[in-house]
Amino acid sequence: MEQSEELIPHLFRTEYRKLTAVLTKIFGLEHIEIAEDISSDTFLMASETWGIRGLPENPVAWLYTVAKNKAKDYLKRNTLFEQKIMPHIQNNTSEIQEFEIDLSEQNITDCQLQMMFAICHPSISSEAQISLSLRVLCGFGIDEIATAFLTNKEVINKRLFRAKEKLREEQVKIEFPNSSATEDRLEVVLRTLYLLFNEGYYSSGKDVTLRKDVCLEAMRLTHLLLENKSTNKPAVNALISLMSFHASRFEARVNLNGETILYQDQNENLWNADLILQGQYFLNHASVGNKLSKYHLEAGIAYWHTLKQDTAEKWESILQLYNKLLQLEYSPMAALNRTYALSKANGKNEAIIAAEKLNLSNNHLYHALLGNLYTGIDTDTARSHYQAALKLTKSKADKTVITRNISDLDAI
Amino acid sequence: MKEFLFVFRNDHPAAHKGSPEEMQAVTKQWMDWIGGIAAQNKLVDRGNRLAAEGSTLKPGNVITDGPFMEIKEAIGGYTLVRAESLAEATEMAKGCPIFQFGGSVEVRAINPL
Repeated sequence: MEQSEELIPHLFRTEYRKLTAVLTKIFGLEHIEIAEDISSDTFLMASETWGIRGLPENPVAWLYTVAKNKAKDYLKRNTLFEQKIMPHIQNNTSEIQEFEIDLSEQNITDCQLQMMFAICHPSISSEAQISLSLRVLCGFGIDEIATAFLTNKEVINKRLFRAKEKLREEQVKIEFPNSSATEDRLEVVLRTLYLLFNEGYYSSGKDVTLRKDVCLEAMRLTHLLLENKSTNKPAVNALISLMSFHASRFEARVNLNGETILYQDQNENLWNADLILQGQYFLNHASVGNKLSKYHLEAGIAYWHTLKQDTAEKWESILQLYNKLLQLEYSPMAALNRTYALSKANGKNEAIIAAEKLNLSNNHLYHALLGNLYTGIDTDTARSHYQAALKLTKSKADKTVITRNISDLDAI
Repeated sequence: MKEFLFVFRNDHPAAHKGSPEEMQAVTKQWMDWIGGIAAQNKLVDRGNRLAAEGSTLKPGNVITDGPFMEIKEAIGGYTLVRAESLAEATEMAKGCPIFQFGGSVEVRAINPL
């Protein structure tokens, strides 16, 4: 009995999304709730049955069989089937008994990929895309999604409901986009996966395990894109490379209390060498074609950060990568990081002039950067910037770091 | 915010002399300068360099090879930026590496059609 209590949450995470993807493909995206209900019911039945009778020999096969039967029963019972769903079903068999639900590995993967394209539809917001991805593609519970987003269940339920409504309105189908649209649609998918990863990586949420799971899920979904010929593009390789380099620091960047450990204070021995190698491997594979995506540039930057030693070559390379990244797409974070790299490559004086032109004075990291740049040059100005940063930040981890910087100043 | 065009003019042959290391150093200066404008979110379009090859058409179907009538004033490239005023755009142009080679930057306000 205890066995099934441990196994079911695990299987829920890995199998719920597969069942939902395959069933939604059959019912049509407009009936995604039916697919979700059948998948949930299957797990409910598993926890009841397995609790009493013990684990079946092959739990996954058991789940698939039950889900298939439930889907067939549903179709038999429901008149909806003939009126609405039947026209959607490709093979023109009118006999439900003959109707097959294909739960082969290939079909599961295809359905999940197609589902990914459907969810990452340009008609819904990135936030909604991420929430739907976590729910439908990653099998996260509503409460987990709420925790990840630092909000409550009600907000997430509403967001999911509205997103599904919108997809219905837009009559989004679960299918691969046609080849001429693949590039554009893939860009939206990559952006969502990138944001999903960042949601886990940079969230200030306390649940470290959950945050890591979010990152790993983003990586798993990116791997799905790599396994498919039509979506295995250089930008996808660059994205997984970027994720691998970041993920290599999982164990080193958070202490036992879930607090962030800054890069320069991290224990390099805790960096995951396999993930760094994986990052390099995919960065090499990304280096084909003539399109330089922001993921290429960010992966390049992340690569240099896997070398902890400060060298002129390292910071010059990082600076030039940020110069290119900002030309492709501006973000305050990239502007601040670029200015830090500028100070390392060209010196603090030049960086101070550049920093003061950034016009980000309501951003605490802007003041933290200037505090750093003025340290050793003008202690009073450094202190006042650090104090401004302290006032602007809400994050406890940031406050600790800034306070330490101020006391270091006093020691000078 | 308004948009402004930077027109880079220089003496073509003079700008392309130098050892590979010197050329690399010049490229870095350009990249750092453009990167600095982009970091202020004021870069609209990095633009392009212009090749030496070209022709000029004049009334009466007169075609001359190349734009290099006055060789010191050839247009070598362009960049599009945004700024509050011509004064601000002119200030931004000050860091351009072209001045080291006797070139110039013409700053022109864009008048949208």
